Amino acid sequence: MKITRRTAIAAVAALGVTAMPAFAQYPTKPITAIVPFAAGGPTDVVTRLVTEHMSRTLGQQIIVENIGGAGGTIGMSRAAAAEPDGYTIAVGNMGTQSAAPALYPNLKYDPAKSFTQISIVNFTPQTIVSKKDLPPKDLKEMLAYLKANSEKMNYGHAGVGSISYVSGFVFNSQFGFKPALVAYKGTGPALNDLVGGQIDYMVDQSLNVIPQITAGTIKAYAVAHPERIAALPNVPTTKELGVDFIFSAWNAMVAPKGLPKDIQDKLVDALSKAMDDPAIIKRYEQLGSTAPKGADRGPAGLQKLVEKEVARITPVLKAAAAK
Amino acid sequence: MWDLVSNLQLGLSVAGSLHNAALCFLGCLIGTLIGVLPGVGPIATIAMLLPLTFGLDPVGALIMLAGIYYGAQYGGSTTAILVNIPGEATAVVTVLDGHQMAKQGRAGIALGIAAIGSFIAGTIATIIIAAAAKPLTSLALLFGPADYFALMVLGLMFAVVLARGSVPKAIAMILFGILLSTVGTDIETGEERLTFGWMEIADGIDFAIIAMGMFGFAEILRNLEHREARGVVSAKIGQLLPNFSDFKTSFAPILRGTGIGSLLGFLPGNGAVLGPFASYSIEKKLAKDPSRFGQGAIEGVAGPESANNAGAQTAFIPLLTLGIPPNAVMALMIGAMTIHGIVPGPQIISKQPDLFWGMIASMWIGNLMLLIINLPLIGIWVRLLRVPYRLMFPAIVIFCCIGIYSINNSPTQVALTGAFALFGYLLIKLGFEQAPLLLGFVLGNLMEEKLRQAMVISRGSLWTFVDRPVSLGLLVLALIVFIVSALPAISRSRETVFTE
Repeated sequence: MKITRRTAIAAVAALGVTAMPAFAQYPTKPITAIVPFAAGGPTDVVTRLVTEHMSRTLGQQIIVENIGGAGGTIGMSRAAAAEPDGYTIAVGNMGTQSAAPALYPNLKYDPAKSFTQISIVNFTPQTIVSKKDLPPKDLKEMLAYLKANSEKMNYGHAGVGSISYVSGFVFNSQFGFKPALVAYKGTGPALNDLVGGQIDYMVDQSLNVIPQITAGTIKAYAVAHPERIAALPNVPTTKELGVDFIFSAWNAMVAPKGLPKDIQDKLVDALSKAMDDPAIIKRYEQLGSTAPKGADRGPAGLQKLVEKEVARITPVLKAAAAK
Repeated sequence: MWDLVSNLQLGLSVAGSLHNAALCFLGCLIGTLIGVLPGVGPIATIAMLLPLTFGLDPVGALIMLAGIYYGAQYGGSTTAILVNIPGEATAVVTVLDGHQMAKQGRAGIALGIAAIGSFIAGTIATIIIAAAAKPLTSLALLFGPADYFALMVLGLMFAVVLARGSVPKAIAMILFGILLSTVGTDIETGEERLTFGWMEIADGIDFAIIAMGMFGFAEILRNLEHREARGVVSAKIGQLLPNFSDFKTSFAPILRGTGIGSLLGFLPGNGAVLGPFASYSIEKKLAKDPSRFGQGAIEGVAGPESANNAGAQTAFIPLLTLGIPPNAVMALMIGAMTIHGIVPGPQIISKQPDLFWGMIASMWIGNLMLLIINLPLIGIWVRLLRVPYRLMFPAIVIFCCIGIYSINNSPTQVALTGAFALFGYLLIKLGFEQAPLLLGFVLGNLMEEKLRQAMVISRGSLWTFVDRPVSLGLLVLALIVFIVSALPAISRSRETVFTE
């Protein structure tokens, strides 16, 4: 090969590009965070909150890229297939990281095996809500009422595979309720019909229903969580009422499988710092969500959660599909 | 009444502060400039520019985002008129007469009347929101799935009116549009339909892909048939802004469009998409000479554009009073609010009156800014049309591809747009119109969802559509519209049969 000036420059440039990451400290360029849902949704909002803080810790911008479609599985498939160089990370949720294998037979990733886990980002406890004029006054009465009338009632959800679908499914099958399932395209329209009294009840992320509960346009029976949440101080928890139903949705940060340990540590650390920031803690409270603490935080906590949730949700969804 | 005045005063004092007015201006300007790129609609623009607002205080940030939204919306109309590409569903009818006007060298007038119509519509809609947001919300909540279904049926009747040529061809296009809308995951069972195992379309085909392929690209293909250097728009650019007689013709359509748009906009079920279609159909029915429509009738731009803008504005009602987003753009606004630490919902009015009224006042200021930004810009846009077509069309194609790519960061969707371009070209050659197909597509999505919800809730009884007064009323209206619009067509075809 004749060495012209052009090839020499190209060779030097190529060397520089390939050699750089080995010498320089990660990260040396902006990082892409894939959110597998539309901008403005619950996963997107929490991702933007924490990545903005992480960008400051890491000294590089984290750019949120929304790749929506097929219940978030398109974006997560893309994340699973990306280079494990630390410049592509993703934030999935309970749907993409636990329910998806049962719902999508051709899924191109395995939530427990295709990713390098970073950490749970937040839990958003589910809240049991109904239209304003449903007669029961508290959760016990409501469960009895549903037991007697559920076949005449309508449960609204945001589409198969959505959080409200999965949590409703677990709720209804656990207590033996058989309402008609009314499918909406997203939580917004479903909530709208709940406020308008077209449908009877829902089990959905607190984040989505807090404004309506505080304004009294819908009724809240309980938060399916061990402790009361700051945004809904007057709504009791299922635990204090002695009802065995705990259900939280969650978001989790992952990277493609094979991410070097030192990069993983950096990301885990940066995310952890973000979740400890008082300003972010306050935002979490407003959203009715909580940050993972203790053993829940970090890669091991996430791996354990994914395996546990897949084991819990898959049989319920498979049974539903078999019907 | 006094409340209203003092509230608006509070709002104006917030939104009118130098800081916030500057943000509003900046938002409108950037929104217009980005929204004018073919394919980059309001959603893409807001998502792209969201990080810009991170350093701002919440009120300022929301005012700026709202500005970006109006700007992008208006920028979309500009593309519709200049290069025949509807960036979103509400701009489809603007294309019909707007682009014809541009072809006749009246682009400036079309853009001008769109800006003026939007301003008037925006002003009226702002007052409606300020004065009647609460009662309108309770009215909107009366609408259940069955009623929305009936509304969509009424909308399909407009599509028949919309058609220029043969009615059977129009109906075929509507049905094909509805068929296209069924591609994707069935919302009730989660089963994929007509996707042939292709994940990329598991959520259905995006509106922009069909619109850009069938309107924009297909139009380019057709233009390239002729070997003329000029291309899209004739060289002569007459008068740049609408004159008094243009304005006189447009005034009533603007007011009617505003009324229709405001009315449909506040319905949380995304009724706003119907606004421009309804306005266009009504103007065409009221016109002394309906054959002018589709040939560059100014009413066909003025009415729908006003309806569009009024609807875009009143769509804030469910967001502000219920905290529930009626469409994807508003869902994004809610996300933006949450990022800024504002929990949207009914309590905003009492807890953060400065935010609530500031935002309402900023709507009006935003509309004023748009007028100020756009009237001088018209000259530049129109001059842009003088660019030789051989330079122009590759640029349009590239910008469209960027726009499509940015929807989901997916290259396959760009390829899909190409496929729709070929299909659209075929339709043009065979004398089919694209607008009814797009309307069928948009309404098909909503219709199916609402029909199935209504049927699940009524446990399969069709009587639900008759039992509910709102639904019954709308269906009767749909029947009347159908008879009125179909009768002349039937009698005309009889005449032709007889003359033969």
